Amino acid sequence: MTETRSQSRSQSSAEVELLSFRLAEQEFSVDIMSVREIRGWTRATPLPHSPPFMRGVINLRGTVLPVIDLASRLGMPAVAGDARNVIIVVHAAGQSVGLLVDAVSDILALPRAELQPPPDLAADSAHGYVQALTIVDGRMIRVLDLSAVLPPCHTEVA
Amino acid sequence: MAHDPMAEIRASFFVECEELLESLQDALSAMANQLEGESARDGETVNMAFRAVHSIKGGAGAFGLTALVAFAHRFETVMDELRCGRLVIDHEAMKLFFQAADMLADHVRLARDDATGAPAGSEEMLLAIEALMGERAAEPEAEEVEFAPMGLTLDLELDPPAPGGDPSGGTGPAGRNWPGPAGHNWPSPAGHNWTVSLRPTDALYACGNEPFHLLRALAELGRASVTCDVSDLPDLDGLMPESSYLHWIVHLTGEIDESDICGVFDFVDDVADITVTETVAAAEALSDVAPPPEPMAQAAPTPAAAPAAPMATDPAPVIDLTAAAAPAQPAAHPAAQPAAPAAPAEAAAATVRVDLHRIDRLVNLVGELVINQAMLAQSAAEAGLPPHSAVMNGLEAFMMLTRDIQDSVMMIRAQPVKPLFQRMARIVREASAAVGKEVRLRSEGEGTEVDKTVIERLADPLTHMIRNAVDHGLETPETRRAAGKPGEGTITLSAQHRSGRVVIEVADDGAGIDRPRVRDIAIRKGLIAPDAALSDAEIDTLLFLPGFSTASQISALSGRGVGMDVVKQAIGGLGGRIAITSERGFGTRFSISLPLTLAVLDGMVVRVAGETLVIPLSSIVETAALSAESIRSLGPETSVVHIRGSFVPLFDLGAELGYRGPRASYEGGIVLLTAQEDGSRAALVVDDILEQRQVVIKGLQHSYGDIPGIAAATILGDGRIALILDPGDLVESATGRTRSADTPLALAG
Repeated sequence: MTETRSQSRSQSSAEVELLSFRLAEQEFSVDIMSVREIRGWTRATPLPHSPPFMRGVINLRGTVLPVIDLASRLGMPAVAGDARNVIIVVHAAGQSVGLLVDAVSDILALPRAELQPPPDLAADSAHGYVQALTIVDGRMIRVLDLSAVLPPCHTEVA
Repeated sequence: MAHDPMAEIRASFFVECEELLESLQDALSAMANQLEGESARDGETVNMAFRAVHSIKGGAGAFGLTALVAFAHRFETVMDELRCGRLVIDHEAMKLFFQAADMLADHVRLARDDATGAPAGSEEMLLAIEALMGERAAEPEAEEVEFAPMGLTLDLELDPPAPGGDPSGGTGPAGRNWPGPAGHNWPSPAGHNWTVSLRPTDALYACGNEPFHLLRALAELGRASVTCDVSDLPDLDGLMPESSYLHWIVHLTGEIDESDICGVFDFVDDVADITVTETVAAAEALSDVAPPPEPMAQAAPTPAAAPAAPMATDPAPVIDLTAAAAPAQPAAHPAAQPAAPAAPAEAAAATVRVDLHRIDRLVNLVGELVINQAMLAQSAAEAGLPPHSAVMNGLEAFMMLTRDIQDSVMMIRAQPVKPLFQRMARIVREASAAVGKEVRLRSEGEGTEVDKTVIERLADPLTHMIRNAVDHGLETPETRRAAGKPGEGTITLSAQHRSGRVVIEVADDGAGIDRPRVRDIAIRKGLIAPDAALSDAEIDTLLFLPGFSTASQISALSGRGVGMDVVKQAIGGLGGRIAITSERGFGTRFSISLPLTLAVLDGMVVRVAGETLVIPLSSIVETAALSAESIRSLGPETSVVHIRGSFVPLFDLGAELGYRGPRASYEGGIVLLTAQEDGSRAALVVDDILEQRQVVIKGLQHSYGDIPGIAAATILGDGRIALILDPGDLVESATGRTRSADTPLALAG
């Protein structure tokens, strides 16, 4: 369990820090400023009548935190859910949500100029969730658009 | 962060004002009840109201809020008349007092928002209540004789003497000293002589008061001569250092108003025996009216007006007024005694204001503590410690303590609905005045505790419902009388806990819902098909459809385009439900059923398909083991169970919540018989019952929309989250009775 230093400000707008993680053998990342903490895997309590990607809710120091299976949300096979998996707690669009991922890999600092918009051709469902692409050490890293990933308030679960 | 101590003090003054306004409302309501003869008359209520206004005035003066001070002062003056019994109020006057209290609240709000000036109608209001005093002045004879102007014990418990006059006699001469038609001002022909006796009790010193300051304040009023009576002082061995033995006699001369003297003792009147006696030369004529109860004549400095504490020619500086005060008090104020016990009750209501975030943080921390404790206990057990070792015993005690802390912390967030109901009382007054109807608001269950957030978010829908009840629900006084009902309509606002929820009801005794008309309007507005066959209950629910308004004449009050649909939406947003019942000619009743969000809930912890669920204990009537012969199949997918002579629909929780497919057999399951708010029953099948315990309710609606059948979540001792079931909602969604109509509204919240 690592608390990120949320108060550490990104040095300049020219530089961006990303937390990268693995998901079904692909590398994704989120802006580190939206990450609140990283937790080990805990079994979530399933919510009845919720969409499949909704893993359920966990207890985050006394508050009820919904957990999304990110792989399943992006249209990939669901994360197995065992001790090797982690939950990244992010805060975006006014809500806190846990993202269940395979493993966290690295913290990357790179110039904003190195982020490229994704090519407008992908047909799979993950396309709408990717904000930008970048290459680090020859690996392609997808930067997630969190507001698209998080379930919209109140209307999604039906 | 900029720290402005003055702003902080100012802020706390306004918070205090809210409390004072609340107690003013309380006192006025109590007075209204006394007026209606519903409860015994009690002088203390008037004093409560007076003190509230007085304290607001005092605080406002400190902050230079001149408009507020001016209003409070004039209001207080009228209140003082009432307090001293010089003003007798009737039904109409009571109304004025309520309106003045509302106006005072407006003043406070304006001052808080740094606005200057007075709210509209403030001056008119003052003139109206001051006119009450004028009326009194116009017919002074009748009331004057009822008062004993002498030996006035300035104890705020004082009650207006009962009609019939002063039992100690001397109504004729006593009346003489009473002010003439000038009314509220004492005539001060050539200055007065006052004898003030101050006998502090131990409590005065205990709460940090100092008689010296009081004496100095008295001395500032006029020429004063102060004498200290040390006759009660015991020998040194008998002296208790914390007891009060001294008392003072002050003779005051000058242009002094009695209320000024009273004012000095405003804050110590309950911790000291204070007697103010006016000694006017003109009163000499009274000397033969009533013989003194004991020979005190030598003691009194000048002829006293009081027959009970009479006069003498010998101006001995030291008088023992104790003896005089003792018989005088019960004689002059026979009703004063019963009021005395009210003082301690007030002290008990002491509160502390705490930032809500701190409480929420505490709630979360205590939740963590409970979980931590459970984990610790588990590791101790795993470490192989014997069950009765010191460590395990200590852990046991630790567990009890954490539970206690948890219970206490949970109670903090819950608040009584009383302030909300008081706001509604104002709405009723304003609304009834606007439409010219006589309306009386009755409230029940004001002490019912509901989560603070729920209370805040209930204000708007409730206001709307109250306005509706006044405007549409109740008939005009003429219509009511024609129907054989009292001209004054009654709206009942009640709150109570029922099946783990809070039920708030707004009921009127009006004409009830005109169903044919509702139906016509719905057809005209195209809300229903002209040939639709609707039951009475279905017609009633048409009122909740968007854009529906039954008032054929749109009044200033309601019919602003917001209808009951908005109310329903707001209630839905709180996870609540609203129902309507109406009987033609007898009235309409709206009942709102709300979850006790963030309150404590007694729940039964059960296991279903490997998941742990909590079911509110209050909704469970009975638990039973299922046997094959008691189950009857009813159609391909539904079954009923035969319990105690009636058939109850059976719901398999595992299947209803989607944890697993339908069970092949109910054999071996346990059934929980639940009762809904409407009295209907349902049987829920679970796999196992684990325990009964209190759980902390954590809201779910916030981020995931509404989950049918689930009210909230809680964190169990092992740190896991368990969902709290809402049996009523589960059964409704399972039977599909109201689900389709409810969904869009529930989601909109």
